[in-house]
Amino acid sequence: MSLSNDQLRTVAHLARLELDEADVELYSGNLNDILAMVDQLNQADTADVTPMAHPLDMVQRLRRDQVTETDQRELFQSNAPDTERGLYRVPRVIE
Amino acid sequence: MEWEVVIGLEVHVQLQTQSKIFSGAATAYGAEPNTQACAVDLGLPGVLPVLNADAVRMAVKFGLAVGAEIAPRCVFARKHYFYPDLPKGYQISQYELPIVANGTLDIEVDGQTKTIGITRAHLEEDAGKSIHEGFGDGSGIDLNRAGTPLVEIVSEPDIRSAAEAVAYLKKLHSLVRYLEICDGNMQEGSFRCDANVSIRPKGSDTFGTRTETKNLNSFRFVEKAINHEIERQIDVIESGGEVVQETRLFNTQTGETRAMRSKEEANDYRYFPDPDLLPVVTTESDIIGIRSTMPELPDAKRDRFVEQYALSEYDAGVLTSSRELADYYEQVVEYTGTVNAKLAANWVMGDLAASLNAEGLDIADSKVDAKALAGLVMRIADDTISGKIAKDVFVAMWAGEGDADAIIEAKGLKQITDPDALGKILDEVIASNPAQLEQYRGGKDKLFGYFVGQAMKATKGKANPAEVNRLLKEKLNA
Amino acid sequence: MSFHTLTVAGLADGLASGQFSSRELTQYFLDRIEQHDSALNSYITVTPEQALAAADAADQTRAAGDAGPLTGVPMAHKDIFCTKGVLTTCGSKMLGNFVAPYDATVVRQLAAAGVVMLGKTNMDEFAMGSSNETSYFGPVKNPWGVDAGLVPGGSSGGSVAAVAGGLAPFATGTDTGGSIRQPAALTNLTGLKPTYGRCSRYGMIAFASSLDQAGPITRTAEDAAIVLQAMAGFDPADSTSVDVPVPDYRAGLDAPLAGRKLGLPKEFLAEGLDDGTRAALEAALEIYRQQGAEIVEVSMPNMHLSVPTYYVVAPAEASSNLARYDGVRYGHRAEGVESLEALYKRSRGEGFGREVQRRIMVGTYVLSAGYYDAYYLKAQQVRQLIADDFSRAFEEVDAIIGPTTQGPAFALGEKTDDPVAMYLNDIYTIAANLAGLPALSMPAGLVDGKPVGVQLIGKAFDETGILNLAHQFQSLTDHHVARAEGF
Repeated sequence: MSLSNDQLRTVAHLARLELDEADVELYSGNLNDILAMVDQLNQADTADVTPMAHPLDMVQRLRRDQVTETDQRELFQSNAPDTERGLYRVPRVIE
Repeated sequence: MEWEVVIGLEVHVQLQTQSKIFSGAATAYGAEPNTQACAVDLGLPGVLPVLNADAVRMAVKFGLAVGAEIAPRCVFARKHYFYPDLPKGYQISQYELPIVANGTLDIEVDGQTKTIGITRAHLEEDAGKSIHEGFGDGSGIDLNRAGTPLVEIVSEPDIRSAAEAVAYLKKLHSLVRYLEICDGNMQEGSFRCDANVSIRPKGSDTFGTRTETKNLNSFRFVEKAINHEIERQIDVIESGGEVVQETRLFNTQTGETRAMRSKEEANDYRYFPDPDLLPVVTTESDIIGIRSTMPELPDAKRDRFVEQYALSEYDAGVLTSSRELADYYEQVVEYTGTVNAKLAANWVMGDLAASLNAEGLDIADSKVDAKALAGLVMRIADDTISGKIAKDVFVAMWAGEGDADAIIEAKGLKQITDPDALGKILDEVIASNPAQLEQYRGGKDKLFGYFVGQAMKATKGKANPAEVNRLLKEKLNA
Repeated sequence: MSFHTLTVAGLADGLASGQFSSRELTQYFLDRIEQHDSALNSYITVTPEQALAAADAADQTRAAGDAGPLTGVPMAHKDIFCTKGVLTTCGSKMLGNFVAPYDATVVRQLAAAGVVMLGKTNMDEFAMGSSNETSYFGPVKNPWGVDAGLVPGGSSGGSVAAVAGGLAPFATGTDTGGSIRQPAALTNLTGLKPTYGRCSRYGMIAFASSLDQAGPITRTAEDAAIVLQAMAGFDPADSTSVDVPVPDYRAGLDAPLAGRKLGLPKEFLAEGLDDGTRAALEAALEIYRQQGAEIVEVSMPNMHLSVPTYYVVAPAEASSNLARYDGVRYGHRAEGVESLEALYKRSRGEGFGREVQRRIMVGTYVLSAGYYDAYYLKAQQVRQLIADDFSRAFEEVDAIIGPTTQGPAFALGEKTDDPVAMYLNDIYTIAANLAGLPALSMPAGLVDGKPVGVQLIGKAFDETGILNLAHQFQSLTDHHVARAEGF
């Protein structure tokens, strides 16, 4: 399969990456090279093979329902680019 | 053209765990912004989720209550989209393998029972909240709610009217509260609904294009939003247009829906199994354990009330509409005995319900507790007071003036039943109304009521009505 | 005294016998960093004050008689591990200002064992790279070829350069597709990727969650055993952490190798392997034969698909893991944005470098509607076939042996224009990540003056077995003793 420049732009949008128009050609070339390499997967006969999501054959461990965390807002927000009255500020959210 | 409405509901039920679904932060409502958002909830670099056992247990409980299949193995998946109230850029949800599938819920509409299919119910994390007021041209993000456990309950498109939708929601609301898995507080968003609505020509077996109206948080809004959406879609089609598949918002002020402005381009959520979490296994013995903790469910309770207390289907339905109300009623009956169950039911559904309603109180906050109400019912049952006087006593009890006996005593409301005492009073009533006596005896039977009225007036309503009737008949016909 | 030529075991002995204090050691390494790191660029952050304070605390612990083998031993953390109160960048502009508010479990465990952190090491951005050239903080030079501009390998390039350059006695690394083993091979070090689930991933900034694993970068297998002892263990904060007991790794080092079966996958010797590396591998096989081990040829027919499988699975998980970097709660935020969409697109466009953007786009593409089955699901199926290849091989053999890389270190800039050529660097290392197995690279000699490594892959949770094999090899050879000139 190969990827057009328009498809690349769609993918970049889905991933919320701003690309320079000048880079579109470069990236779609790169991605097509990678996808061509990945296409080797089609050599494998995978009929009836269960997809392996994880190296561990284990089940999820459950945590007791207990409050263990305390308020660390000040510490956490010391990394925030923009806060106001304890909230994270962003450009207006339009619904 | 006659149209048929097709509705499917997605209900988000916040589970009433102490801590979040994947972190140890508190879930309590109303805390200062971001004080209950821990490193995991904020999606800080490097953090990992660990699943809350009670969230799983509660979802299974729900599944069992609607007769659904509990997945022996269910899987969490990541659902990707960018939104500032979604810290990780994905929501941990379930996709291909939800924990609950294929259940049903029976609803009653216009005396008819209808079964609504429940396609699935899956566990997921709630998002945070955006706050618009007071941030100028921006918004503020509060992530306290992020990570609160939800079950999303998805119905089949089996619902055919706003009334059925409301009946389904009320039933579901009652059920999750019965199960003690959700506090049911709709204002606080603990129980909220998205409505998928479409219309099609009556008799058609294909679906029309549907719209999804999001985040309806009261029964009334659900009804209004659906009815508005039905009318709107009919207008669109009948004026030659086409319904567009889109997400809409309900304006609680105007009662109308509108398309969301954040133009949702075709969503591509890129679901895949969350590699930070492993498959959740629920064994047969887990299910047996959870089943043993299940309370009696509303339908079973209603049937038992009909049987045990000889109530009508209707009365039993009202009394079992919430677990708290049913518990209250059964406490009253415990004191009054089953023989007075019907009288007790009348009082719970009558004066008590009216007083609660008038003050907007829940049964849990009733100013007259079950034992006190039972005390009042007993005084009616043993003829100490009449039903009419009892209403006054109840008002005094509600006002905090004491229990029924104290009020009857203090106000001297005890019923006069003694034939000698009553006879004397009746003799005086007859003696002071000679003209009426003459007319009565002359055949004007209707005047019997007049004498009863005079007798009640003379006793300030305390006379035992049955005894008054009996004695008056004797004396007037003598 | 030349502390930097001592092993961790040697430093532990010296500290225990009172030959020197942790403060002396720490000051010595801080001085060396000051002196040499401008040539190597191996550290992103150096923390002298905290280091000296930790050294003093370690000396007091020792005086109180509570010291363990790592008490007071200086070391460096790859900048992928969250370290409370210390800049944690993951090699990215995106986290160029991020001061972690908590410690990773591995960091906490090593601190509890008494280590002294000297600083945080350079790395490929978000661990995506095999040459350390994708770091926002500049490329790292390989001590074995500073003037020749050799890459140290990646993504743990700063960690290996620091250890090989004598700027830290040992360092932590992470390995998603070879990021510990490949750079260890290119810098003449021992690098161990433990079994998936052996070391906690909590606080280790995620690249590909089902592949990432933390491990030690040391000079010797013995040192790796000492360090792994402190890093390994069950962590309730990581759902993928495994609750199995941690054995005494050092105790297993001396087991004799007679009768041990080592599997040599014939696919590992196929085209692409350079002659010098092949010769080094064959020399290593001979050493094992001399010790009574048997070399058995095994076949892993799906091995050649590990790179394509990896380049679906890893980017898919990465595209998801890196969605959280949106400029809202932490990290880089673009200036002057007026809409949410611009906030996201510009912050991420500016904050991530090219390789990261490339992989995010590959991952987004393979998960998107219409492509999921053809790419992601298919890759998960092939991943199972690769894991099955290992299971079959391990029915016959105790461990697998092969080259770590196709050849020695290459020069900066040599492969930056060709992502696919760069990806083939990990052709021998990726399979162990896909299957979740423990794997180690150890020094195997020099090719044209440049180090190459031999890789050992063990059964799940048999770190003891491959450490034992490596230690026995190192007790009969002196490849691991060789040092880069000038360091």
